[in-house]
Amino acid sequence: MKKTLMTGNEAIARGVYEAGTHFAAAYPGTPSTEILENLAHYTEVNSEWAPNEKVAMEYAIGCAVGGARAFAAMKHVGLNVAADPFFTVSYTGINAGLVVVTADEPGQHSSQNEQDNRNYARAAKVPMLEPSDSQECIDMVKYAFTLSEEYDTPVLVRVTTRVCHSKSLVALSDRAEVPVKLYKKDAAKYVTVPANARIRRTYVEKRMDILKKQVNTSEFNIITDNNSKTTIIASGMCFNYAKEVFGNDANYLKIGFSYPLPMELIDGICKSADKIYVLEENDCYIEEAVRMLGYSSKLFGKYNAQGDAFFPAYGELTADVVRMCVTGSENASRKPNADFVVPRPPAFCAGCPHRAVFYELGKMKDVVVSGDIGCYTLGFAPPYNAMDFNCCMGASISSGSGMQKALDLNPENKKRVVSVLGDSTFFHSGITSLLDVVYNKGSNITIILDNRITGMTGHQQNPGSGFTLSGESAHISDIEAIVRAIGIEDVYVIDPNDRKAVVDTLNKAKTSPKASVIITKYPCVLKKLSALDNEQFPEAFKSKCIVNDKCVGCKMCVKCGCPAIMMVEGKAFIDKGTCVGCGVCMSICKLNAIERR
Amino acid sequence: MKNDCENKTLSVLLVGVGGQGTILAGKIMSAGLEQSGYDVKMSEIHGMSQRGGSVTTHIRFSKDKVYSPVIEKGKADLIVAFEKMEAMRYIDYLAKDGKIIVNDFEIPGIPITMGDREYPKGVLEALKAQAEVTVINANNIAEELGNPKVMNVVILGAAVKKTGLEGIDWQSIIAENVKPRFIDVNIAAFKAGYDCE
Repeated sequence: MKKTLMTGNEAIARGVYEAGTHFAAAYPGTPSTEILENLAHYTEVNSEWAPNEKVAMEYAIGCAVGGARAFAAMKHVGLNVAADPFFTVSYTGINAGLVVVTADEPGQHSSQNEQDNRNYARAAKVPMLEPSDSQECIDMVKYAFTLSEEYDTPVLVRVTTRVCHSKSLVALSDRAEVPVKLYKKDAAKYVTVPANARIRRTYVEKRMDILKKQVNTSEFNIITDNNSKTTIIASGMCFNYAKEVFGNDANYLKIGFSYPLPMELIDGICKSADKIYVLEENDCYIEEAVRMLGYSSKLFGKYNAQGDAFFPAYGELTADVVRMCVTGSENASRKPNADFVVPRPPAFCAGCPHRAVFYELGKMKDVVVSGDIGCYTLGFAPPYNAMDFNCCMGASISSGSGMQKALDLNPENKKRVVSVLGDSTFFHSGITSLLDVVYNKGSNITIILDNRITGMTGHQQNPGSGFTLSGESAHISDIEAIVRAIGIEDVYVIDPNDRKAVVDTLNKAKTSPKASVIITKYPCVLKKLSALDNEQFPEAFKSKCIVNDKCVGCKMCVKCGCPAIMMVEGKAFIDKGTCVGCGVCMSICKLNAIERR
Repeated sequence: MKNDCENKTLSVLLVGVGGQGTILAGKIMSAGLEQSGYDVKMSEIHGMSQRGGSVTTHIRFSKDKVYSPVIEKGKADLIVAFEKMEAMRYIDYLAKDGKIIVNDFEIPGIPITMGDREYPKGVLEALKAQAEVTVINANNIAEELGNPKVMNVVILGAAVKKTGLEGIDWQSIIAENVKPRFIDVNIAAFKAGYDCE
């Protein structure tokens, strides 16, 4: 059969398609974003961006209970947002199959934490599969739907960044035509009042008891006997790293169906071994099971038999890391000559509409900036240094409100809290936070950086952008109208590239003791502009700034942190290829040495 | 790096700066390998790439099965650097007898544009002191071809030559992976890179 290269995310989308799935939803988040972007190419699957992960999960639950196979995808922290419905749908079960993908981030390439979502499977009592390559992404997603329907349960598929963003060969199959099931009212199953839920609770235990046995015969839990005294137990991508290091010199238990864990298989392969290596990223999920079976004395996992650290407790367990831990020495390699390497921290793009806002916030000594999750989190870094703290999606407003009240208790603080978040993050969970500010008389100032798209994850549509995932036009939810409807009276809408407007509006907001909202409206420089964008922002990105002979090399302009401006032979120089003419540097220059053409 | 040992897994590390087209170059290279019967794995980390960050693409291939998509430190047979400072940043991935192809091109990061640091002088010489290095001026070649953006495919051509891969129909693979109106210039770019040594 003809094979083709696919990333794990492309393969998950393919698996969802081949499984005959009817509905899919997600909120974008690295490394899971491309799953839904790829699903959108399969028109047979009705796929959509939800405003947040909880909504995506709940929507998928409704589809599945309604009788159609349904799918939801999210990054690891997204499952925190969606945890509430996830735990309870485990009890109610489904009508047609429901599969949820969690994309974890060992190594935290683009994430604020490194949580191990295998713990969610155990906590919610939901069966879990862990693919190690793209072919398994297809196979396991398809199997997950079968499993879901056979055992009346949602199924969790746990992948990691390296599975999501690595390509390997896959064989494709046709889409299964799965008829939509008839919906029958069954309140005792689906209405979760305690009297019903207590009965469903017993079903969950029965289901997992059966699966605890079944999982030992799963086609995804594979023993390879190489007649060795060394045993490797690994799941997901770690299996590949193990094969690179140990080759055929060890016996393997590759765990693909990992909740419940195949305890009989683990016990069997551990019995005859002299040494047991457990390779898993993040928590000691498999390792604890091996210890529970009584094999601590020959175990090498995060800890060895003596309880000393062995494999690292965090980061990726790539082959070189495994090799170093097992052999005790690093691979021989050249060392980068530090004199020739300058760091390349991520920065706001040339023309980024967030630049002037953070440039000004950084200069204000009387503010505390409560940040959020998005490109604008980079406002914490030099040259702006304009963020004090942030936590999770939507927290800028609610945490900012709490912080303001705390700061106000000590009059010496004399600080005003400014909460900053993007349009997509506002829709995700900022709206409820703003309700709290109004309802409970908070007084923080909120800046909604409306760049007309979900920027950080690579330009996904959202409820304010005017389009759906599949590119159809959609209602544009009006941020200003929402803010006013919530009860904010002082609402300002400004152009963020107008530095004077940024300063004046912030100062005006600071003079009032009331909570206020400043909406900065200007498209992301990387966005493919819509017809409406072109109508609303006719001048956007159509000009260039150039330095004239009035420049004295004072470096004021380069301190705005724009990658297009640099010092060349003592004078400012603007790279024509990079500049898009936002004019922020021009407004900073006191000598009129920068012109826009 | 003649591909004499058929069953050995070969590892190619592409490094550059977000926006330079390393991902497309990696995609075309992997597609070519796949079509000529290799098992191929490729891994990218690109979360922050659009914001001027450093980006890497790992490609591993063999006539046997390839397991890890990630190259170990000290195991890259070839490093292909789209920007010269990036070659030095990742030189710890280079195998003992590995080789480097480096584009003679500078992209200053924010510490440099802001005047806090200077772009290091003598990067190429420092690289040559540590490894076998082939320097290519892909940006100039691409500009001569009339489209500076095909710089990535110029470098790809040079990288393919270096790997000793033969009998792969790169023209049709390029045609499948770029927009129709850019096929000709990309094929010309590939040839120019392949022939530039």
